[in-house]
Amino acid sequence: MCHQTVSLVARVLEESGIPTVVVGSARDIVEECGVARFLFTDFPLGNPCGKPWDKEMQRSILDMALDLLQGAWQPRTTIQAPFIWSEDDAWRTVFMHFTEAERQAFKKAGDARRAAQAKVKEKQAGEA
Amino acid sequence: MLKRRTERSFLSYIDLSREYYAAYGYDKPYAWVSNPDVPFARLNKPLSECRVALVTTTDLEKLPGETAQERHLLRKVYAHPASEIPDHFYTLDLQWDQATTHTEDNDSFMPLNRLAECARDGKVGSASPRFYGVMTDYSQGKTMKHSAPRVIEFCREDGVDAVILPAL
Repeated sequence: MCHQTVSLVARVLEESGIPTVVVGSARDIVEECGVARFLFTDFPLGNPCGKPWDKEMQRSILDMALDLLQGAWQPRTTIQAPFIWSEDDAWRTVFMHFTEAERQAFKKAGDARRAAQAKVKEKQAGEA
Repeated sequence: MLKRRTERSFLSYIDLSREYYAAYGYDKPYAWVSNPDVPFARLNKPLSECRVALVTTTDLEKLPGETAQERHLLRKVYAHPASEIPDHFYTLDLQWDQATTHTEDNDSFMPLNRLAECARDGKVGSASPRFYGVMTDYSQGKTMKHSAPRVIEFCREDGVDAVILPAL
């Protein structure tokens, strides 16, 4: 959701004449929303500006974002930072991934939440 | 070494979140923004003469004793002096991969120190004296009609020429 929020803000800034660069790791959300300039870091969500404590990488990514400000000549310009998170792709199967057993637990939790919400609505309707 | 894949390497968070919430039994998926047209503003002077600002979706530190729910309800668009960087931004109310990584180093998602270095090195003219924060919101209208215009006001007040928006 953060990616959509900053993309929407970037669009309004661009409309007002202020050039922007979005830096992020959820490529599909930013590109669907449509922004002028996007620096894509193919990392887990949380560190789009470089790995924690890696000042050199962070500076390199910020330099790329700044160069993009000046270098892009048309909207929807995406460039990808030349860094990888790790040699293996294990991180790609963590966030919002779940097992079949978890799916059943999620469904139960969702049903309980909806039932609680329905009760609140019923009570509010009774009081109205 | 040449690598081959049977699927694209980068993740689709639109797909992941749809399937995740469907697992909770929500039958109506969230509708993400999809724009055919994209506005574009050019930099009207060299980068080395520009004042650059950063915008984040993270919040300033949670106050002692404040619950996450209270913090969330009190959130507002803010401008904060870049000379008073918080030790930690508050990120726990946002969706990011908390199992794989952490946000202990501000500059990994809000590179205020790196931007200050760029200003010292002459890569940019200056860093804005304030940085800005907006709330992550499911409401696209609120973001565009409330948050974004406030950021524009802050930019005008601070003489900002260009903005970098890192997304957590």
